[in-house]
Amino acid sequence: MININKIYQWSRTNLFSNWYNSLLSLIIVFAFIKFIPPLLNWLFFDATFRGSSKAECYGDGACWIFIKVWFQKLIYGLYPENQVWRINLAFLILIFSVITSIFVKPTIRRYIIIFLIFVFPFLAIWLIGGFAIDIESLEIYIPILEEVDTRVWGGLSLTFIIAIFAMLFCFPIGIILALGRRSELPAIKYSSIVFIEFWRGVPLITVLFMASVMFPLFLPGDTNVDKLMRCVIGITLFEAAYMAEVVRGGLQALPRGQYDAAKSLGMGYWQMNALIILPQALKIVIPGIANTFIALFKDTPLILVVGLLEFLGMIKLAGANPDWLGFAVEGYVFAATVYWIFCFSMSRYSQRLEIRFSTERK
Amino acid sequence: MKKTLKHLFSLFAVFALVFAIGTEAMAAKAGKTLKNTKKKGFVKCGVSQGVPGFSNADASGNWTGIDVDVCRAVAAAVLGDAGKVKFTPLSAKERFTALKSKEIDVLSRNTTWTLSRDGGIGLTFNGVNFYDGQGFMVTKASGITSVNGLNGVSACVNIGTTTELNMRDFFNSKGFKYEPVVFEQADEVVAAYDSGRCDTYTTDKSGLAAQRTKLSDPTAHVVLPETISKEPLGPVTREGDENWSDIVRWSLNVMIEAEELGITSSNADAMKTSENPAIKRLVGAEGETGAALALDQEWSLRIIKQVGNYGESYERNVGPDTPVGLSRGPNAQWINGGILYANPTR
Repeated sequence: MININKIYQWSRTNLFSNWYNSLLSLIIVFAFIKFIPPLLNWLFFDATFRGSSKAECYGDGACWIFIKVWFQKLIYGLYPENQVWRINLAFLILIFSVITSIFVKPTIRRYIIIFLIFVFPFLAIWLIGGFAIDIESLEIYIPILEEVDTRVWGGLSLTFIIAIFAMLFCFPIGIILALGRRSELPAIKYSSIVFIEFWRGVPLITVLFMASVMFPLFLPGDTNVDKLMRCVIGITLFEAAYMAEVVRGGLQALPRGQYDAAKSLGMGYWQMNALIILPQALKIVIPGIANTFIALFKDTPLILVVGLLEFLGMIKLAGANPDWLGFAVEGYVFAATVYWIFCFSMSRYSQRLEIRFSTERK
Repeated sequence: MKKTLKHLFSLFAVFALVFAIGTEAMAAKAGKTLKNTKKKGFVKCGVSQGVPGFSNADASGNWTGIDVDVCRAVAAAVLGDAGKVKFTPLSAKERFTALKSKEIDVLSRNTTWTLSRDGGIGLTFNGVNFYDGQGFMVTKASGITSVNGLNGVSACVNIGTTTELNMRDFFNSKGFKYEPVVFEQADEVVAAYDSGRCDTYTTDKSGLAAQRTKLSDPTAHVVLPETISKEPLGPVTREGDENWSDIVRWSLNVMIEAEELGITSSNADAMKTSENPAIKRLVGAEGETGAALALDQEWSLRIIKQVGNYGESYERNVGPDTPVGLSRGPNAQWINGGILYANPTR
């Protein structure tokens, strides 16, 4: 039984406590009534879900057939369809090892983390990019997995590949730079400062243009570094500079006593940092790290400017097909939803980590 | 003394050249790009990230469009199979770098042929596969039938493009008053025009036609007949490999001339018995057309059979029956009142 009186009391205190709160409440209610029903109509009630061509879309609602027909391409890009299992397998391995790492003992977890950082990236590249035994001097060429150029990689899977690689590599580089910046050796200290300030001082889009437009011109003759690799390296170094500053924030937050205590136990520099300083510092900056990772994930569409067709790029390419002109809005709404889901999950995951690693007394 | 040396040297150079031409005779030497392409087994072709009808992907991941067809023609000529092309989507900014760094060998990405590009930055333009130009779209209800009626209008346009500059030049030269309404993205411009924020929408005519299909009522709008800028679009190659540039240029020429002579993908084989020597040359039944490009005798026949002539490619990708819906206009054959004029393949 809903207590009318209680609702009245509640709204009286929370929504209509004085004249300007009442006015704001009314404006917000009006805005909801004005904008939400048309939005829902467009998104769901007037939208077309069933069908396989543009002609089957009717009414004023969204045409989700567009997303449905192109769905596979939006996920896998122009990757050959009969080879798509390789991308799936790579991501399954990733998801499987991440999930198991949550449930196993810390001793085993350590091995999984080592696998994720040192083995998985290369395994994934090998799976997705293809692999052949190629000994030119002996003219041996045994294709084990059909080679797939990075030029046809695309869609959401490419977004993930870029984001995962950049995250995996920018984190350790960032920690080293942060330690370097606080080092007492001037050479290390100043080179770290120069590196960080340089990469933080240029916009990511400039880095990508340099990587894709200028860099190849400096290379001699026929050498050609893969465009995707150039871009991933660029993004990694860029984000590493940000990561370094985040980690440095954690290092500075630690009281001097922690350093002194570690030293008095006879620990050397690396032991002190690995066992005492970093575990505490990184715990403090989990929100900052998550922030950087989410920003990195959302920066990936910038590689559109260098012609790599990641998720957003594929949506644009799909919208340029003469049979599917005019579905930009549907595409962007879909993209926004997908990006939001992943960024929100990352944010929730980081909050979980914060709670798990929390050693404060409550 | 120095001068005489110089003269001697140039004389020597001339002799060397004559000697070289003499020994080479007709047969051209295969260039480095041709050799590499044959070795790798595919043509490296740079396309756009999606321009409707010019280069775009379909839902099964195949590239189509009239720009794409140029690369397929090159592949048919060089490798015997129009399908042996690897397409690299490129943004407008990086397209020339990709060509120069050998990431691609042919750039077919609606690129305007201009003096500064051709002369200045190490590129070779190899003919025109589409004559584009900037036009205006207005609503039928406005009653405007010519660009001379555009005085005092507000015009939707993409910011920071040559389109915007052309528009300013045009209005200023006419002494018309106008109000530019600028946007970053093509989709925004179309949405603004559709909602009535401006009286006219200006971009390249090929773009206007494609964007018109996005409007809520495409039939209520017309593209004005006048064109205010010249945008000849064509395939580009690196400077320094004449043989490869020739192959691209003449692959395009073959497509255009085949249409002029009435050779299509379906009747190409039958045309071998034609009386017309021009036709016989184009289908490889007469003459030594391939030798001059270091290709075999059937190169042009394969282009026509596998890709089709220019008209077929046009109708398939951007013609009136496609959603892009462009009439031939200046891209008709010169015998039909257009300016499409292929040099003779002989």
